Amino acid sequence: MYDFTYAKPASLADAAKALGADAEAKALAGGMTFIPVLKQRLNKPSTVVDLSALGLNYIKLEGGKLMIGAMTPHGSVAASADVKKAIPALAELAGNIGDRQVRYRGTIGGSLANNDPSACYPSAVLALGATIKTNERSIATDDYFQGMFTTALNPGEIITEVQFPIPEKAAYAKFANPASRYAMVGVFVAKTAGGVRVAVTGAGQNGVFRHAAFEAALAKSFTPDALNGIATPVGDMNADIHGSAAYRAHLVGVMAKRAVAAAK
Amino acid sequence: MVVDGIGASVKRKEDLRFLSGRGNYVDDMNRPGQTFAHFLRSDVPHGKLNKVDISAALKMPGVVAIFTGDDFTGVGGIPCGWQIHSKDGTPMVEPRHPVLAAGKVRHVGDPIAMVVAETKQQAKDAAEAIILDIETLPAVAGLTAALAAGAPLVHDEAAGNICFDWHIGDKAAVEAGFAKAHKIVRLDLVNNRLVPNAMEPRAAIGDYDVSSGEYTLYTTSQNPHVIRLLMGAFVLSIPEHKLRVVAPDVGGGFGSKIFHYAEEAALTWAAGKVKRPIKWTADRTEAFITDAHGRDHISTAELALDAEGHFLALKVNTQANMGAYLSTFAPSVPTYLSATLLAGVYKTPAIYAEVKAVFTNTVPVDAYRGAGRPEATFLLERIVDVAAREMNMDRVEIRKKNFIPKEAFPYQTPIALQYDSGDYMATFDGCLKAADYAGFEARRKASAAKGKLRGIGISTYVEACGIAPSAVAGALGARAGLYEVANIRVHPTGSVTVFTGAHSHGQGHETTFAQLVSEQLGVAHDMIDIVHGDTGKVPFGMGTYGSRSLSVGGSAMVKAMDKIIDKGKKIAAHLMEADVHDIEFKDGKFSVVGTDKAKTFGEIALTAYVPHNYPIEELEPGLEETAFYDPKNFTYPGGCHIAEVEIDPDTGTVSMISFTAVDDIGRVINPMIVEGQVQGGIAQGIGQALLEHAIYDESGQLLSGSMMDYTMPRADDIPNISVGMEVTLCTHNPLGSKGVGEVGAIGSPPAVINAVVDALRDYGVRHVDMPATPAKIWALIDAYHPKMAAE
Repeated sequence: MYDFTYAKPASLADAAKALGADAEAKALAGGMTFIPVLKQRLNKPSTVVDLSALGLNYIKLEGGKLMIGAMTPHGSVAASADVKKAIPALAELAGNIGDRQVRYRGTIGGSLANNDPSACYPSAVLALGATIKTNERSIATDDYFQGMFTTALNPGEIITEVQFPIPEKAAYAKFANPASRYAMVGVFVAKTAGGVRVAVTGAGQNGVFRHAAFEAALAKSFTPDALNGIATPVGDMNADIHGSAAYRAHLVGVMAKRAVAAAK
Repeated sequence: MVVDGIGASVKRKEDLRFLSGRGNYVDDMNRPGQTFAHFLRSDVPHGKLNKVDISAALKMPGVVAIFTGDDFTGVGGIPCGWQIHSKDGTPMVEPRHPVLAAGKVRHVGDPIAMVVAETKQQAKDAAEAIILDIETLPAVAGLTAALAAGAPLVHDEAAGNICFDWHIGDKAAVEAGFAKAHKIVRLDLVNNRLVPNAMEPRAAIGDYDVSSGEYTLYTTSQNPHVIRLLMGAFVLSIPEHKLRVVAPDVGGGFGSKIFHYAEEAALTWAAGKVKRPIKWTADRTEAFITDAHGRDHISTAELALDAEGHFLALKVNTQANMGAYLSTFAPSVPTYLSATLLAGVYKTPAIYAEVKAVFTNTVPVDAYRGAGRPEATFLLERIVDVAAREMNMDRVEIRKKNFIPKEAFPYQTPIALQYDSGDYMATFDGCLKAADYAGFEARRKASAAKGKLRGIGISTYVEACGIAPSAVAGALGARAGLYEVANIRVHPTGSVTVFTGAHSHGQGHETTFAQLVSEQLGVAHDMIDIVHGDTGKVPFGMGTYGSRSLSVGGSAMVKAMDKIIDKGKKIAAHLMEADVHDIEFKDGKFSVVGTDKAKTFGEIALTAYVPHNYPIEELEPGLEETAFYDPKNFTYPGGCHIAEVEIDPDTGTVSMISFTAVDDIGRVINPMIVEGQVQGGIAQGIGQALLEHAIYDESGQLLSGSMMDYTMPRADDIPNISVGMEVTLCTHNPLGSKGVGEVGAIGSPPAVINAVVDALRDYGVRHVDMPATPAKIWALIDAYHPKMAAE
């Protein structure tokens, strides 16, 4: 990696200041993507602003909502009694991200800020209709994801918390990329007060997306069979050495059915 | 006294330091005044190197020196250790492999410049300041593209990109077999290209002692003496007495650390120029684009059968990817290490094979665990399964019908090799029983009830290893001898140091070899040390590959210990005033037969070094012996592997349900280590069959260039592996051992693919090339449905 200045601010205001003052400064959450990128010299930040001392590592279940601090690692979400009680599908998703080491360091806020098109969390956040709180504002999930590695965040804006409404039932089904074990296709289904929401990660050319056709079918009947015969447009899918667009489109249907069957 | 000899599952002595972080790997070593090297590498697959401008880079902080191809014009190229001749008698095309790229770059990863700096970061910073002018040239990555008419040439001197066009066997006999065939089965196969990915990446330190004029290379090698020979004699012209090569603890090799690599020569040579040690450690990305890859063959096989299913003749045509330059043993892999194994365990009377070796703009390809034998076994065991199906014969029956019977040993195959021993029916029947082959149909039905497709696959194999008789290897093109060396030093108080030319990089030699000593000399394990990996300590050696360390290196130890015992008997006879012929050595004691007179091994050792009462007129003091052991033949481990898989038709995912191996590796020294070796080999075989694939795009860029895209087997990809043994002894070495390092990787891939094809029996699938990825299997299943609807 290239040399950089390291800063570990103790307040959100200082962190925002450090990031805002310098266009070349970069925030460090869990670093599970960022540190490999630095090691490969693919990024040359002036200052790395470590967000780990901002008190953002917490999980709260209050007022019918689940609040997860942005710096909460996946392993904590997976192990949390509150998460398991309120949204077991979210605990299970978190428990299957990466490996034990990644789950110990990687954070929900880092994952959402990066918006890797193969990351698991974006599908849960989108399907559950969560709200992303930052140091500046609250962003509705439907406005947040804007294509792969692209979000509604302004430069220097820091995610502080993710607020999840509690669904009636939900589940996540992931078909892991054989090599990376990221989601090659991940489908999160949620039956919520506001209707059925289905979000797909890994498969789409533009990152995580809602599957309107599946949502409509499942709104009528929340059963796997309701998805029979509903195709996922192949043209919107990724294709690479691990699978064709047709294969991914097919897997979206398979994983959606499995998620519906498993939803609780 | 604890004496754990042959047959005991002694826990591995070396694991205490490996598992507690106290291993001493090259990257753990630091020399006084050390500098660091970074190699600037080509990111284009093929290009004309117009200019390498280092002027700005030289001014960067911490830079000690920068070297380019121009600096190495006065030294030799990286040599190839095996010469093959084409059908027409001409020697293979052997283009110069420069230490650093000269004139052209020929694959992504080809080193262009070496920056030496005070720190690794400074070396990297300076490398970024080097200005390259590379004119991109059209490239060829795949075999088909390289052999196409008018394809761009990797080397101007290799017309059609052909390195050699070789053949073996009796073509006329094969044609005669085909002429009288009841059926001819034809199969096209791809043996997928693999990246070795040893856990420890390659690393090296070049060092030069100004006062003595001696060079030392610390390197991650499986055979330090071979590196000393190749680099000293052929590249840098440093005589052996001024060049020491040290390969300390090495974290896995699988073949990829046999070879002499350009970085080793560059670091050693440059250390002499800058007169300071220079260290380099590859990162994983470098490993992907510089470690010699494995496999990458395309073959067409044709098997002629009579009406009863007897094999009459086998014809094979193979194209083998050599990559951009000839790696150390690359030419031997598709030829003498593969085509000669096409008889397998079968009495096929006529075999003919042709091999075209081809240059491409890819990383050089060379031996990888099994080296040629997995390719031969995959081809043979696949075509036998296809033949069984197309002859409407049972897979078990067709194999039994064609096995070489145990009474036929020694068995001369029609393609060069003579198998010394084996009992293929015993390993086969043992494996069928252990795998409950008979109960499979019930398991298939149970899977079907869950919506899963279950399949079972059988593979039988024989391999030639324990390489080699030097004379035979030399006649076949090896440019080195292939014996092994052991020096046994008995210390005055009876402890023993063994200096072996074999090299351990995970195999557990320090334990297995100590068991040999314990068995033969009756010395306790804590009194035995095994030393390897240092040309300054070990007299000579050819290293570890081809499952040779025990059968060749261990045999050298036995021979050296025989000499120790012979000398000990003479000393004992003198001390006990008996005739030497009346001295017996057993359980660590020299005794006079028929009396209670005895001297311990320790007493004799002390006498040898304190020769106060000693036959000094006829015997030198001291107790140290060396043996060079050159085997009389290859060894021929064989066996049977059975894989059981379950396929999820919705996703195409292949799950390994079980794996059963019954092998014949000759005498087993440490059953626990053997089981681990077999399991490790099978894990790699499952990796090749289901997961691993080095994929280049047409332009020559490696698409699977990191762990994000190259699927290494993980623990949860591997089922429980049942390992069994049916032993016949090797008849021509003193241990009767055959070798175990490669059997798992050789026998397992066809077992897995045969199981996958079996699982897909209702989907019209005749063959699946490796790796059987979910996407590939789903596409086969998906492609079948429309046909069914149409029927």
